[in-house]
Amino acid sequence: MNEPQDKSRRGFIGTAAVGTAGLGIAALAPGLHLIQVSQADTPTQGASSTVRWGMLIDTTKCASGCDACVKACNTENGIVETVKDARQGAQWIRKIELKDPKNGREHSLPMMCQHCANPPCVDVCPTGASMKRADGIVLVDRHICIGCRYCMMACPYKARSFVHQPLTEQNPEVPRGLGCVESCTFCVQRVDKGLKPACAEACPEGAMTFGDLNDPNSEIAQRLAREASTQVRADLKLNTGVRYQGI
Amino acid sequence: MALMKQALVGFAAVLLLAPALAVAGAPKPTVKIENPGQCIAPAEEMRRNHMDMLKHQRDRTMRQGIRGEKASLNECISCHASKSSGSVTGKDGFCQECHSYAAVKLDCWDCHQPKAGQKHAGAAGAKP
Repeated sequence: MNEPQDKSRRGFIGTAAVGTAGLGIAALAPGLHLIQVSQADTPTQGASSTVRWGMLIDTTKCASGCDACVKACNTENGIVETVKDARQGAQWIRKIELKDPKNGREHSLPMMCQHCANPPCVDVCPTGASMKRADGIVLVDRHICIGCRYCMMACPYKARSFVHQPLTEQNPEVPRGLGCVESCTFCVQRVDKGLKPACAEACPEGAMTFGDLNDPNSEIAQRLAREASTQVRADLKLNTGVRYQGI
Repeated sequence: MALMKQALVGFAAVLLLAPALAVAGAPKPTVKIENPGQCIAPAEEMRRNHMDMLKHQRDRTMRQGIRGEKASLNECISCHASKSSGSVTGKDGFCQECHSYAAVKLDCWDCHQPKAGQKHAGAAGAKP
């Protein structure tokens, strides 16, 4: 469960710059600041590599035909556009119905970005747009995404979609637009505020448990330690952040 | 020699005056500030550096998850969106006016919501 420390060069440079700025302020005489303290905002600390966000989905509770998580995701992330070709629709989370033909046992489960610790989408991205945050959330940096869709090919979970048309109804906190690949963000705008992802909050059965996999006291870590769970396509050794029970 | 000197002085005067004349005669973008007040930096600095402020902030927010910084597109719109259209783009749009004037492509708002007062994510609650 221990995630290797992901100290990216960019992160190091950022930290170094902050350190230098801090020294600069400290070195000056009292009352003399390089940056006026009165104007300085107090930005958040940002994602920490001590945290790894994950989700545990109990498929035995997941009701067939229920799509509350999908609806909540669409509302939260402003996925409201109508597409001409249904195959081109954005799909950050989707419901899957499975049936074992041998014994007829049926499963229903939500499938989305599995927020792998070793994400293939990040490996293949030619521009560095597909990225993993320090806290394990896999995102697309649309500022540098060129829309080549290599990551869509690389993802074993078909978790990513491409925006084929201009959009106008984005939510202010969830920018999305033409020509970029996108996928589940674990509702990063909510997580950064200390909230759960919209799907986990909306699930009427409470089948989706969101939390910090690295914190031994979190509900998700305790349940993973106690109960059986599986990673989809565990053979790929991607160390997914989303785990399933009952499949 | 005197003639040459005169010519030089005249030339210098033209050089000095030319920019002033050009500025006075050139059309300017009509920038309407809907909510006058204090921006995060003086107007001169904002005009010259807003793109750098936003670019550095966007990378820190996007890649490191640092939120609540001074520069923020959502804060831009909350003051600068037009009262008639509610947007910073389109006709009379605060951003659009200058960018059209300077012929600089403005693509922030292809992905970011350019209208003020749009429902913020999570506002309606996630419950179905």
